[in-house]
Amino acid sequence: MNVAENVTPVRRGLTIQQKKAIWAWLFLTVPIIFFVVVRFYPTFDSFYISLTEWNIVGDKLYIGLENYKRLFSDPVFWIVLSNTFEYLILGMPISLLLSFTIAYNLDKIRFGHTFLRACYFVPFLTTAVAMAWVWRWFYQAAPIGFFNNVLIDLGLHQMPFLQSTTQALPSILLPAIWAGLGFQILIFMAGLRSVPTSYLEAAKIDGAGRWQVLKEITIPHLWPTIVFLVVMSTIGFLRIFDQVFNMTVDGQGGPVNSARPLVLHIYQSAFADFEMGYAAAQTVVLFVILLFITFIQFSLMRKK
Amino acid sequence: MANIKTMPDIKKIIIWTILFIGALGMIVPLIFMFSTSLKVGEEVYNLSLIPAEPTLENYVYLFDNSEFFTWFFNSFVVAIGVTVSVLFFDSLIGYTLCKFDFRGKKIIFVAILSTMMIPTEMLVIPWYIMSKNFGWLDTYWGVMFPGMISGFGVFLMKQFFETVPDDYIHAARIDGLSEFAIWWKVAMPMVGPALSALAIFTFLGNWTAFLWPMIVSNDPSLYTVPVGLASFSGEFITEWEMIMAGASVATIPTLLVFILLQKYIVRGVVMAGLKG
Repeated sequence: MNVAENVTPVRRGLTIQQKKAIWAWLFLTVPIIFFVVVRFYPTFDSFYISLTEWNIVGDKLYIGLENYKRLFSDPVFWIVLSNTFEYLILGMPISLLLSFTIAYNLDKIRFGHTFLRACYFVPFLTTAVAMAWVWRWFYQAAPIGFFNNVLIDLGLHQMPFLQSTTQALPSILLPAIWAGLGFQILIFMAGLRSVPTSYLEAAKIDGAGRWQVLKEITIPHLWPTIVFLVVMSTIGFLRIFDQVFNMTVDGQGGPVNSARPLVLHIYQSAFADFEMGYAAAQTVVLFVILLFITFIQFSLMRKK
Repeated sequence: MANIKTMPDIKKIIIWTILFIGALGMIVPLIFMFSTSLKVGEEVYNLSLIPAEPTLENYVYLFDNSEFFTWFFNSFVVAIGVTVSVLFFDSLIGYTLCKFDFRGKKIIFVAILSTMMIPTEMLVIPWYIMSKNFGWLDTYWGVMFPGMISGFGVFLMKQFFETVPDDYIHAARIDGLSEFAIWWKVAMPMVGPALSALAIFTFLGNWTAFLWPMIVSNDPSLYTVPVGLASFSGEFITEWEMIMAGASVATIPTLLVFILLQKYIVRGVVMAGLKG
């Protein structure tokens, strides 16, 4: 009996494995508290708030799904939702096509490469708020605005840009595309570098044309990069806010809400109208849309 | 005789020219912003790229009549504070999840990853209520607390700690270093590039952040640069030369840092983008 007890390691304290586990949990204590308090609890809280009527000062009143019913019967919400998708459906393909075309050609150029790359990348480092005001100034009527001055110099009519219900949204979209282009170009170029040159040369020897090489070799190789950038820019355009808030009068989202995206609607509902429950219901809608897109990303990634 | 291969290809020259024009187009807004900020009076309406009589008048007026210095300082405190915290915690978590085996590890990792799917916009209302209840409105902590640890950074650092050989860690353990010292003195120096990539992304993200800082600060002396600039521009709405001066103040420091550190920033962005 005594002999057996002496052999067991228990008497010598904890095993290395146990010690390491204790260290691991020690290292994770603060992070776990953080993620629970600042990420998970607020997420559930948002769901709960969306089921209440609350002006932040008084008591929460549980009203079930009333906020959602109101949301889906509110014509402004549908305008806002369609604006949000318009930013996405225009912005994502245009920015990706542009950035891919630029990256594909810039990749082959040696002369002035660093300078050109820097020019394309620099807008990515700017503050969206500052650039929104620069572009807002560009869109002003003559003699102030740059674009209208150019139009007049070319003998054309002025355009209303931000004052127009049809032009406001694309006018705001342009600086958003402009600012994000540099990041996408860099990522595409890094992806292009990873395509093995032996494949490309073999294809050329086999007599494949430029388009064929692009279609059969380059793009399949870039698939993970493309999926990554599609998802990143999709999320970015669905969450557009800074530009719209700063480029429209009083941050209202353009004439008769014509350029108002979902996040701006959330902000106005919560922090201008103090309808917390109604705003929270909108954040839940945003969450569901983003979750759906992440799900599609995972299935696309698995395909290749 | 020039070899045919070395002769400049017409097609290449055309492509280069198009790319060059495009590149200039990209920076034109920045050049106009800066040149207009140096103009006063009627010259503002003259859209020349180089001001006839450049003056710093707008900047002097701006610094005298707004709290831009304070906003700058605030932005620095917030962006540096968050970046230091993210670097510390994200690399500690990433290291723990990479190099330790313990029950529940997978759940913790998946839980942290899943937070990347929660949009900030969904959290701002609860964060605002939290800040209001705890008295964090109009404080640095109020602006900073939501970003102190990021799921993205944990994911990035975990991947980079995979490149640290386990032998080094075992050797350090045999030498009697504590687990904390092994992480700090052995593992951390080996993931320098990843740390600088994470630092660049975190700093830039916080330097330009707008929605949450605007919500949490009502007191102009606690605004960050983007929030201050938005309120300043709203006030000076027809004086575009003043707005351009403000936009320049917000933009030019980051551009100078970029020019100095271009190589590292480009590498860092690519690294964080590809691994993230």
